[in-house]
Amino acid sequence: MKNKLSNLLGQEFRFLARPLNLWSRLLLLLSAAAIVAAFFFPLWRMHLVAPQYSDGLDLFIYCYKIVGGGLNGQHLVEINNLNHYIGMASIKQADFLEMRWMPFVFGLIILMILRSVVFGQMGNVVDLFAVYCYFGIFSIGSFWYRLYQYGHNLDPRAPMHITPFTPLLLGTKQIANFRESSYPEWAAYLLLLSVLLIVIAGWLSRKETVA
Amino acid sequence: MKTPIYFTALLLVAVGLTSCGKSSTAKNERARNAQDTYVAPGEKDEYYLFYSGGHSGQVFVAGIPSMRHITTIPVFAPYPATGYGFDEESKKMMGDYTWGDIHHPGLSQTASKYDGRWLFVNDNANNRIARIDLRDFKTHQILGPIPNSMGNHGSSFITENSEYILCATRFSVPLPKGRVADPKDYEKEFNGMVSGIKVDPKTGELSVGWQILTPPFDWDLGSTGKGPSSGWAFWTSYNTEMAHDVIEANASQKDRDLCAIVNWHVAEKAVADGKVQMMDGVPIIDPGKVPGVMYFIAIGKSPHGMDVDPTGKWIVAGGKLQPSTTVINFEKLQAAINNKAFEGEFRGIPIVKYEAVVEGEVPVGLGPLHTQYDGKGFAYTSMFIDSNITKWKMPPWTDDEKKDLNKVVLDKVTTHFATGHLVVAGSDTANPYGKWLVAMNKLSAGRHVNVGPSQPESSQLIDISGAKMKMVAEAYTEPEPHFAQILKVSEIEPEEVYPKADNKDPNAVWDKENTGVTRTGTKVMAKVIAVRSRFVPDRIDAQVGDDLTIAVTNVEQTRDMIHGFGLVENNVNLVMDPGETKTFHIKLTKPGVFPYYCTNFCSALHQEMQGYLVVSKAGEPLPSAVYRTAAAAAMPGQ
Repeated sequence: MKNKLSNLLGQEFRFLARPLNLWSRLLLLLSAAAIVAAFFFPLWRMHLVAPQYSDGLDLFIYCYKIVGGGLNGQHLVEINNLNHYIGMASIKQADFLEMRWMPFVFGLIILMILRSVVFGQMGNVVDLFAVYCYFGIFSIGSFWYRLYQYGHNLDPRAPMHITPFTPLLLGTKQIANFRESSYPEWAAYLLLLSVLLIVIAGWLSRKETVA
Repeated sequence: MKTPIYFTALLLVAVGLTSCGKSSTAKNERARNAQDTYVAPGEKDEYYLFYSGGHSGQVFVAGIPSMRHITTIPVFAPYPATGYGFDEESKKMMGDYTWGDIHHPGLSQTASKYDGRWLFVNDNANNRIARIDLRDFKTHQILGPIPNSMGNHGSSFITENSEYILCATRFSVPLPKGRVADPKDYEKEFNGMVSGIKVDPKTGELSVGWQILTPPFDWDLGSTGKGPSSGWAFWTSYNTEMAHDVIEANASQKDRDLCAIVNWHVAEKAVADGKVQMMDGVPIIDPGKVPGVMYFIAIGKSPHGMDVDPTGKWIVAGGKLQPSTTVINFEKLQAAINNKAFEGEFRGIPIVKYEAVVEGEVPVGLGPLHTQYDGKGFAYTSMFIDSNITKWKMPPWTDDEKKDLNKVVLDKVTTHFATGHLVVAGSDTANPYGKWLVAMNKLSAGRHVNVGPSQPESSQLIDISGAKMKMVAEAYTEPEPHFAQILKVSEIEPEEVYPKADNKDPNAVWDKENTGVTRTGTKVMAKVIAVRSRFVPDRIDAQVGDDLTIAVTNVEQTRDMIHGFGLVENNVNLVMDPGETKTFHIKLTKPGVFPYYCTNFCSALHQEMQGYLVVSKAGEPLPSAVYRTAAAAAMPGQ
């Protein structure tokens, strides 16, 4: 029994100590590149269409900023203008704490990737994967909570009273005269790709042994 | 006996078939015409039609082919619908006048093509000229009354690169204006004027460049040269008789009237060379003393239009009181001027020999007024008396045609009724769009549903793309289109919102923190923002005797989110487009509480968008001691 357990631990220790081959390291570098590229594209897009807004109003969420569609980001002003009727707080970039720490965390993950490339051990990849997943899930949760806050802290003195709601995180639904669609954008796909590349990097080196 | 019955029966069947065929053909044609002019909901017209609004003082914008009225651009008359004439800026532009008489709109051109920058319109009544910017379809400048100019009718004719707008006077008076003389001394004491209004190539700003003093003929319609006739301009006149009374008859005695041929390059040079005399601040050229600046040609009879064709080679004068148009060959005209082929002179101005320059008189019909071109070698002339549009072939003509010019008259389409002006899309450019012609008829004479004695004018859309003209639609406009311009919609992209960054108004405020009312002595300044669906501040306190200035900024940056500011019982209605600031000034004379409210429907809570101007009696304490408002309670969500 004791032997069995120490065998298992030994196996695991050996697995975590496995070196990464060249392919794995290259894929990790690609994964870092995908994260860097994700800075240049929005993560999420919320699209609102109503008869009066047949071209739609857009909100683009980046990991470090929030931008309205239209000329000079006018759609954000417009959405806030409309939201004030139901007493929703203005959507302001300054209120999104996430946008301040997200770039920092991404930098940290990139550093961890580079560390994996240099140290080249399976254990680094496992660390990386765990931190990345935790960060990803936490971010989505935090984003959802932010939406919940906006939809539930409605000013009681607003001209229109509506039942508190959580704006849609993913999918399409009708809210009054607006059809709201909320879907991931390029940056989200790039981040997903970077996670996948990390997994594949680990997989490709699963049988490597120390020479 | 049997045969005739049989025959008759057959005949009846045949007649039945024919009439059946006819009505179904007519039906098909109606359906085709409807389809050609139908612009389905959500679809857009292909062309803008800029009508002059005549004595309404406005410009009407319609769409072609639907002929629907789309918008009105107020120029010389107040228009509460857009708040024009109520804010300080537009009131200042309009000056002492609340009406004008717009006759001939002209689109700015570059290299004899519409460049989509400005539309210029004249005021026949108060001798002004205005610039509408096509970036926002708004009047931006009114120049005038132009000095030494009375009856700015022969206008607005744009030179090839919009260097000048050339104008000629319909009336003659003793000059400079303000001088009094007996109309009996008309010939001696009265004068007309040709004016060169300079256009700043960058900003479009208008200024009076120079003027040419003319005999007191009544100048009528004109046009500018292009291509070979570059640098020249032409006007008809209808009072070479120089009559000053019973003008209807006395100005119609001669068979021919002297038309003006003006070289504006020579005019420019005369100014540069100092060959001018100043009158009322304007350099005046005496054409008798500056050779080459002006010539005359005698054209029959009391002609109206004097239209240069797209090639710049032919000039067609409408006969009005003679049943033909006169076609002038510019190359021959140039040669006649060079060879001094003159048949006389008037006050030192040479009269070009008629036979040397006229290509022919085309028997188009009764009352030819105005001619337009499709760029494919055809001319279209409006017949006021015959009430039709006549299509005819431009020169060069064959010898056979020259012998009998009836042969170049190709088609006529009856109009309803008495067409004055007509416009072919792009006729005054080097490359007309062709395709559509709009007849602007002076009488609608009950063709429309009965609206009582005050009747609209009628406009008819004619398809000129085929060999035969085809009338396909008609519309009614308020009085009174004289001429129009047609511009392809795809050639311009006006802005629909004034960008915040472009607002340079010193009284503009964008945040509620910067709004409020400040007082300096009896001067009270209120800076207000308008946003869905409130004014900030929504209370303004003042006192009888105060000079109150209110500046309202519409802080919206969304298309069609327009707010109004109507102040009841004070004759104020501002309308601010998104991103626009408007200001009005009022001396408070009556105490009371005066609501102000949004006049231009904006949102679901538009009705609630209101506030109060509280005016206390003179000498009494102010309703509120605090003049810097705390911008009311914070608005939910803002």
